[in-house]
Amino acid sequence: MLGTRHKWKKMMSLLEVKDLQVRVDEREILHGLSLTVNPGEIHAIMGPNGSGKSTLSHVIAGKPGYEVTGGEILFKGEDLLEMSPDERAVKGVFLAFQYPVEIPGVTTINFLRTALNAQRKARGEAEFLVPDFLKKMRSVAGSLNIPMDMLKRGVNVGFSGGEKKRNEILQMALFEPSLCILDEMDSGLDIDALRVAADGVNALRSPDRAMVVITHYQRLLNYIVPDFVHVMSKGRVVKSGGKELALELEASGYAQFEDAA
Amino acid sequence: MNLVLAKTETARELSDIFDVARDRLPGSGKVADARRQAFEVYERAGLPHRRIEDWKYTDLRVLMREVLPPAPAPDAGAFKLAGTALKSHAIAGVRRLVLVDGVFAPQLSDLDDFDQGLSVRTLREVLEAGDTALQAQLLSPDSSDPMVALSGAMMTDGLVIEVADGAVLTKPLHIVHIATAAQPVAMFTRSLLKLGKTAGATLVESYIGADGVKTYQVHDSLLLTVGDGARLDHVRLVEDGREAFNICAAVVTLGAHAHFSTFGMTSGGNVSRYQAVITVAGEHSRVETSGVNLLNGRQHADTTLFLDHAVPNGASREVFRAVVDDRGHSVFQGRIIVRPKAQKTDARMMTRALLLSDDAEADNKPELEIFADDVACGHGATTGALDESLLFYLRARGLSEKEAQALLIQAFVGEAIEQIANDDLRGLAISAAERWLAARS
Repeated sequence: MLGTRHKWKKMMSLLEVKDLQVRVDEREILHGLSLTVNPGEIHAIMGPNGSGKSTLSHVIAGKPGYEVTGGEILFKGEDLLEMSPDERAVKGVFLAFQYPVEIPGVTTINFLRTALNAQRKARGEAEFLVPDFLKKMRSVAGSLNIPMDMLKRGVNVGFSGGEKKRNEILQMALFEPSLCILDEMDSGLDIDALRVAADGVNALRSPDRAMVVITHYQRLLNYIVPDFVHVMSKGRVVKSGGKELALELEASGYAQFEDAA
Repeated sequence: MNLVLAKTETARELSDIFDVARDRLPGSGKVADARRQAFEVYERAGLPHRRIEDWKYTDLRVLMREVLPPAPAPDAGAFKLAGTALKSHAIAGVRRLVLVDGVFAPQLSDLDDFDQGLSVRTLREVLEAGDTALQAQLLSPDSSDPMVALSGAMMTDGLVIEVADGAVLTKPLHIVHIATAAQPVAMFTRSLLKLGKTAGATLVESYIGADGVKTYQVHDSLLLTVGDGARLDHVRLVEDGREAFNICAAVVTLGAHAHFSTFGMTSGGNVSRYQAVITVAGEHSRVETSGVNLLNGRQHADTTLFLDHAVPNGASREVFRAVVDDRGHSVFQGRIIVRPKAQKTDARMMTRALLLSDDAEADNKPELEIFADDVACGHGATTGALDESLLFYLRARGLSEKEAQALLIQAFVGEAIEQIANDDLRGLAISAAERWLAARS
């Protein structure tokens, strides 16, 4: 395992999206999108509503209902589109949902342990026993200010917007994925909740891990500072640059790119 | 009417069987007369079919076709098979009472260290030498339903349990019905549990088949009397063999300030029907009924509850869940009747079905008949598939399709299982559900 891991690291990018074309219900949403993400990098994807940002995140995670009509997605050099959503998670893809679902009747603790052990089992690693799991979870939850009684409730049931997002970050910290996609993490959060969530994300920055931060607003990028910013419009990346591009957008808006696309 | 209906061949066979068997069945005199009358009730109606409203979804003429001959009395080989089967269904910390092929098996039962106030006799003993009042009670429900009447006419054994006023049993009672016969046979049993005033007991019933059993029929009925201020917790687990028929009925009567909590789970058997008639006859009493059907293959399971609020200030809750895969068929009929004088009744019923395949079927029929005007009653029924967005969320977290389904199914049935108050028994129901889920994947 180590050998192959080393190989992809040296030879290729973590994520390569090449000329991706995607349809939903006969309507093309992405018209040839390309994006390359290397380990350790943080990419921000910005763009107006309807530009295809969330579609990109869903297709990478393997959500049903999207038809890929052209292009490819390679993850660690492997064809991601051939994998089921759970295989992708096992390989290290993590999508932090814009709207995390509520699962009544499944406690958060039970869900986290089941998911973590499913991933470990699929990778041929030993499953966590309850005491070891609880120890690990307590330390991660503590660092994110997540009280234990919240973890005893049904997954996201009755959670505030901020709690739901923190629960997503908690999972990110537990599962230790190599690619994190944060879909509109700032939606529905006030400034304090945003800061807590961003601190959680920043704590997970690592040279081995890449992040793709999808956002409509520049505000989030004050807290999670990206290495690269891509502007999407009408299903394509129309401009890429450094973090200063986000500030530029804040000043001038997306209108200029609507015409360019 | 001069019309004489020609008997079908199978009906004639059963009639011959009854004629031959009745002299050997326990009880004489009034008991024998009652058996004969009960058999006539059955004969007039025959096997219930779809044109009988209460049996609309469970047409026994199609599903079961005939009543099998009674099982022979178990021999040493049968007890040995039963002993082996018991090992995988044993529950720790209970008083076990075992019926093998419809006959009480003392050698497999726990008959030591009885709690003060607990009396356990066999049905055979009571029918042969019991007091007439108790005999009359045992024979009382036979006019109501043809299948109950049949079990009354043919019953060979069962348990008659009495818990004296004020006695609270320390151990749950566990009645285990085991079928061992290699030939297609039927078992006819009836049990009674009577709780005195302020008494307390927990009753678990299991229906299982020994290794290698094929087709058999269980015809069982249970009479429960919960005295004033008494509490009865009841759990029944139908884990019969996959070719078995399980036709059971319960008749329950509650006194005042009584509490009856009952949970049923059907995961085994080919065709099963559980019909419970619960009468709240005393004020300020509470009934909690919950149940789960876990079906696949071509299994058919019918739970029919009739809750009768006869007096004011009663409360009842019904929570039912069905999970149906393949070509399984789940039926839930829940009727609540609130009699004219049963003011301040608070009755709720919720039934939900989860269909895991396109060919699965669930029929939910809630019915409320309210004749009082100051009551709080409600019912609801839903049927649907697993939520795709929840499945995707779980799969995006690394759970395989089967694992994701299993977690959501556990949560779904958990709402009914949670109703079980006793921790150990709740654990038992959870592990029965887990076994079913494990067998799926």
